[in-house]
Amino acid sequence: MSENTEILLEVENLQKFFGDRHVLNGISLQVKRGEVTVILGPSGCGKSTLLRCLNGLEPVQGGTIHYLGQNLTGEHVNWREIRQHIGMVFQNYELFPHMTVIENILLGPLKAQKRDSKEALQQAETLLDRVGLLARKNDYPRQLSGGQKQRIAIVRALCMNPDIILFDEVTASLDPEMVREVLDVILGLANQGMTMLIVTHEMGFARSVGDRIVFMDQGKICEIADPEQFFTEPATERAQQFLNIFEYNKL
Amino acid sequence: MPNSGVEVLFEGSNFERLLGGLLVTIEIAFISIMIGTILGVVMGLLRTVPTRSLRLLLRLYLEAFRIIPILVWLYVVHFSFSPLLHIDISGETTAILVFSLWGAAEIGDIVRGALESMPKHQAESGKALGLSKGQLYRYVLIPQAVRRMLPGAINLATRMVKTTSLVVLIGVIDVVKVGQQIIELGVIKAPNASFWVYGLIFILYFLVCYPLSVLSRKYERRWQS
Repeated sequence: MSENTEILLEVENLQKFFGDRHVLNGISLQVKRGEVTVILGPSGCGKSTLLRCLNGLEPVQGGTIHYLGQNLTGEHVNWREIRQHIGMVFQNYELFPHMTVIENILLGPLKAQKRDSKEALQQAETLLDRVGLLARKNDYPRQLSGGQKQRIAIVRALCMNPDIILFDEVTASLDPEMVREVLDVILGLANQGMTMLIVTHEMGFARSVGDRIVFMDQGKICEIADPEQFFTEPATERAQQFLNIFEYNKL
Repeated sequence: MPNSGVEVLFEGSNFERLLGGLLVTIEIAFISIMIGTILGVVMGLLRTVPTRSLRLLLRLYLEAFRIIPILVWLYVVHFSFSPLLHIDISGETTAILVFSLWGAAEIGDIVRGALESMPKHQAESGKALGLSKGQLYRYVLIPQAVRRMLPGAINLATRMVKTTSLVVLIGVIDVVKVGQQIIELGVIKAPNASFWVYGLIFILYFLVCYPLSVLSRKYERRWQS
């Protein structure tokens, strides 16, 4: 199918500095439509920064990012427009505390996209129902658990009908028993063919949801591999070391 | 009960005079809060600019009002500046001037605090939805900043209402002064008058400030997340 080979995002030789620190050093990556890319790596390897560069939350100092052929690293990039196509879900949900669930979800569609309110509301309710939270639509974020908030944040991103969603360690702040409900939602999206870039520390999840694994260390991509291969016989020594941390051998 | 003194409240025009005094109190407080809020918002925004010298200056201004008693400010303006500059400003104008400047300093600090405490991620979250800068401020940042500011601002308003009682000392006839006059006038005839007069003033202040206090608590409860 031609649709499956369409390249949505193309990153080439991306460079990013925080002061003297070289946070991203020559990142090159392609994302095809419908593909689920999981980015793994030790803390501080630059994986979250990479995601933030992809929707313009961080400026870059070199290299290029193309979205459907459009250069995002040149001047006069209309990020407002681009961000409607490249959604993002944050580690700490970042719902707006002064708005109800439904107001949170509809803010983007109504104000940024200026969509018809009836149509947007219908979509929002359908999506809420799918994550099992339709009954909570008039609640405020403070009345919800962490897992529920994160599911709402995913719905909020989905309701913009984006081409790609970036997930930045979305389960890292959750209590263990709530991780599952959020990962299930993301797995569901993967099955529907949503294009996603996922930064996570959940190895089992990475293995089951990812079409491929991108392993990063010290601002560079060390290897890109099929999940089965990455978790059974990683090509690089660095990845081997990284995976060993997650193994608990009996003493 | 003979001569309890309560009737002094309703003798002649005493009650109306007390209410008139209260009106002066409310007027000074209200005008000062209005002017102080407008100046304070500007000052709060200026206190978040990168220019260090400007920030330092405004910080000193705030400290000047926190460290020096308001009474001293009233004296300095009323008894030192106006003769020195040969301008004749009434006690009431002095009071409004000093209270407005005080309000501006404190509101400025509240605005600065609210702006600085706004998590950076809230702005990013709005941006990630494709909101424009204007929309971001209008729908996400300003509503939250106002919610953070309101309890502090209302608290300040009650403090200002209470502190207006100092204006007696620069000759303004406010509710406390009217009360004193009534008591002094009837000191022989009704020695218990002070109990009733101050009792009424007590209740009047309470009636003005309590609704503000309730309002502040209501918002604090509703908006804490």
